[in-house]
Amino acid sequence: MNSPRATVSKILTYSIVDGPGNRLVIFLQGCNFDCTACHNPHTIGECNHCGDCVPACHADALSLVDGRIVFDPLTCDQCDDCLEVCPINANPMVRDYDVADILELARRHRPFLSGITVSGGEPTRQLGFVVALFEAIKSDEALAGLDCFIDSNGYLDRSGWESLLPVTDGVMLDIKSFDDAVHRELTGKENRKSLRSAQLLHEAGKLYELRFLLVPGVTDGDDELDGLIDFVAGLGGDVRVRLNAFQHHGVRPQALEWEKMPRAGVGKVAARLRGAGINNVVTPAVYL
Amino acid sequence: MQDMLSKLRSITNDATLNPAQKARYLSLEAENSLAYPSLDAETQRALDERVICDMYEGHAPYKPRYVLPDYSVVLRDGSDYLELPVPETLDEAINTLMIAYHHVPSVTGMPVYIGQLDELLLPFCEGVSDDALYEKIKLFWRYLDRTLPDAFMHANIGPSDNRVARAILRVDAELRQIAPNLTLLYDPQKSGDEILAIAGENIAACCKPHIANHPVHADAFDERGYGIVSCYNVLPLAGGASTLTRVNLKEVALRADDEAGFFADTLPHYLELNFRLTQARVDYLFDESGFFDSFLVNEGWVDRDRFTAMFGVFAMAEAVNLLQDTEGREGRYGFDEVANALGHRISAAIAEAIEARPLDKVWRGHALLHSQAGLSDDSEATPGVRIPYGTEPDPVTHVQALAPHHQYYDAGISEILTVDESVTNNPEALVQLCKGAFASGFREFTVNVASNDLVRVTGYMVRLSDIRKFRDQQGSRTNTTVLGAEAAEMTGILERKPRVVSNELSPGYGQ
Ligand code: SF4
Ligand code: SF4
Repeated sequence: MNSPRATVSKILTYSIVDGPGNRLVIFLQGCNFDCTACHNPHTIGECNHCGDCVPACHADALSLVDGRIVFDPLTCDQCDDCLEVCPINANPMVRDYDVADILELARRHRPFLSGITVSGGEPTRQLGFVVALFEAIKSDEALAGLDCFIDSNGYLDRSGWESLLPVTDGVMLDIKSFDDAVHRELTGKENRKSLRSAQLLHEAGKLYELRFLLVPGVTDGDDELDGLIDFVAGLGGDVRVRLNAFQHHGVRPQALEWEKMPRAGVGKVAARLRGAGINNVVTPAVYL
Repeated sequence: MQDMLSKLRSITNDATLNPAQKARYLSLEAENSLAYPSLDAETQRALDERVICDMYEGHAPYKPRYVLPDYSVVLRDGSDYLELPVPETLDEAINTLMIAYHHVPSVTGMPVYIGQLDELLLPFCEGVSDDALYEKIKLFWRYLDRTLPDAFMHANIGPSDNRVARAILRVDAELRQIAPNLTLLYDPQKSGDEILAIAGENIAACCKPHIANHPVHADAFDERGYGIVSCYNVLPLAGGASTLTRVNLKEVALRADDEAGFFADTLPHYLELNFRLTQARVDYLFDESGFFDSFLVNEGWVDRDRFTAMFGVFAMAEAVNLLQDTEGREGRYGFDEVANALGHRISAAIAEAIEARPLDKVWRGHALLHSQAGLSDDSEATPGVRIPYGTEPDPVTHVQALAPHHQYYDAGISEILTVDESVTNNPEALVQLCKGAFASGFREFTVNVASNDLVRVTGYMVRLSDIRKFRDQQGSRTNTTVLGAEAAEMTGILERKPRVVSNELSPGYGQ
């Protein structure tokens, strides 16, 4: 049988910020949003083998063979110059993994792991792979007890979630803006689908965390915060809300014009949410 | 003599030391003006060149380095010598311990072991409410930090999950004191996940407790048990360690032509010299000092036959990298499988040599191997078998690189895993890392959370704010701050990714 494959930009065997406990995180390449504020913009695009990055590599780690980009991990020194020059925010260093590869990695690190998270990019774009991976984890004896999480922008319709949810333990869902116009401006897409996903996941008991990125002057205004408060109230019940702070690390030049979100600013927003009855508000511990 | 007098004068006049700290340094100077126990010329030379080292314990060992009394004896029988009746209430039991501690010597002059506290106090807790227990422990904890301000002082709790252990964890996270140091003995069969989860939250709050792999330690000792003291020294309960000597593996590697020569000649040679140094110091303690005529022995708090000799090694990282160089291999210790395997082979060879070399007046007739965490004057020598400061990989890779060493180090080994502050939102991750580390063979789990004011300097804690104050000449109430400040200056501790150091003992004033 052919094991589904995925285009992976990075794998971490130690992560304490992608769900509960220590997690194996698989970052899948490619996103259906194009967020100005993205902290990993080189995970957005998918390589079209144009070859522009080949001459940018000082280590000769990249070449074009039969019209396709070939990457040599042994000569690469991780300078990331190739990411800078790619015109479409793709990454020539991605690797293809199949489900068996990931299972093998998870088994090797099993004692250290609380679970596995697929992130991105937008992982639900490689839905077949994620479903197959989670199914395989759930039926592997050596991996019993690992929970399966998804870090998503929510741009997936009901039928997509229906195929995922039976094997998914929790979803961390980002809402970029509660105002549709702002959302379009920030991401290039409407916010309706994401809001519906949040609703659906909450009803299914699988919304582990609702995430909201605070960008000063962009998403921290009264309207936006009231939108967040109303939305959470509308969901009903206990929702864990994680506030993230916009930072300059990794972002594209146009996002550098926005200010960084300071600790004090996040604290203020958190206090406001708590005051409005949202008890479970998590704020970042580290600011760069 | 003139030198000595001026040194004594500068100690007495040092505004940053309190009178007790001055008294300790003065007494060290006095002891060290005596002749050293006699050594053969070869051993003496290796000691002078500091290939082997006596931890500057002093020229006339008149007390064991570490004493681990079985405090259940004084709680059961009282003490004739100390004129203590048998305690009956929790207050009396705590009071008895508070008195007992002041009569337990060690290399620092302060007790390094204050007991398996939950086991000791539980029998006195019947009828004591949780609130009362918490209040009493809180006063006890404050007393310990203020009167015995030395982070080498170590309390043990576990492996069972019980009221006293929980009260101690609660108080410890609340007060965030340097002293006492604290270890939770963890046994997956006995402890349960709840107390481990509490420990994870405590670590996120204040970098304490350490967690010890109880089944592995219990296996290495006997029914009478063991205790964890100072910086992760694991020693026989009702005994301790007469002495700690150590071999600087970097210096040994520097004297070897190549890898083959290192294993065939250089290493065995210096191990032998360190055995001789150990025996000379043990002989003095047992045959000359009169220590074993004390009430501690007569009343059964400790047993003369239960004192081991700790055989320390350090600078494994430098030794491995030097040997990699002589063999023309590029891989570095901690990051390269061949380099890591070479390190593991060195540990195995040392353990074998210890097994083959009998020692006199030592528990079970052989030394116990210890991964020694450093002194404040060690520069360019990484503690124990650790990966050099500031270059450590992520905690999982870190554990995987070093785990194979742990089986050899019965007398204790510890790595400090650095975890960033984000873990305060996710203490569960610490629990998982701990389980992973133990499943991989780690004997001890210790974490430094990057943002904490309380940070580890090997096994003990210092407050970064205290170091800053000390540097500004205001002096410090706690002895370990002095060491921490020395260590920070000498070994570049604050460079460590978050910031931690290693070293166990300050050799003496101004060193
Ligand atoms: S990574 Fe970007 S620049 Fe390189 S070949 Fe692919 S699309 Fe072109
Ligand atoms: S990151 Fe690697 S592949 Fe990309 S330019 Fe640098 S060396 Fe070349």
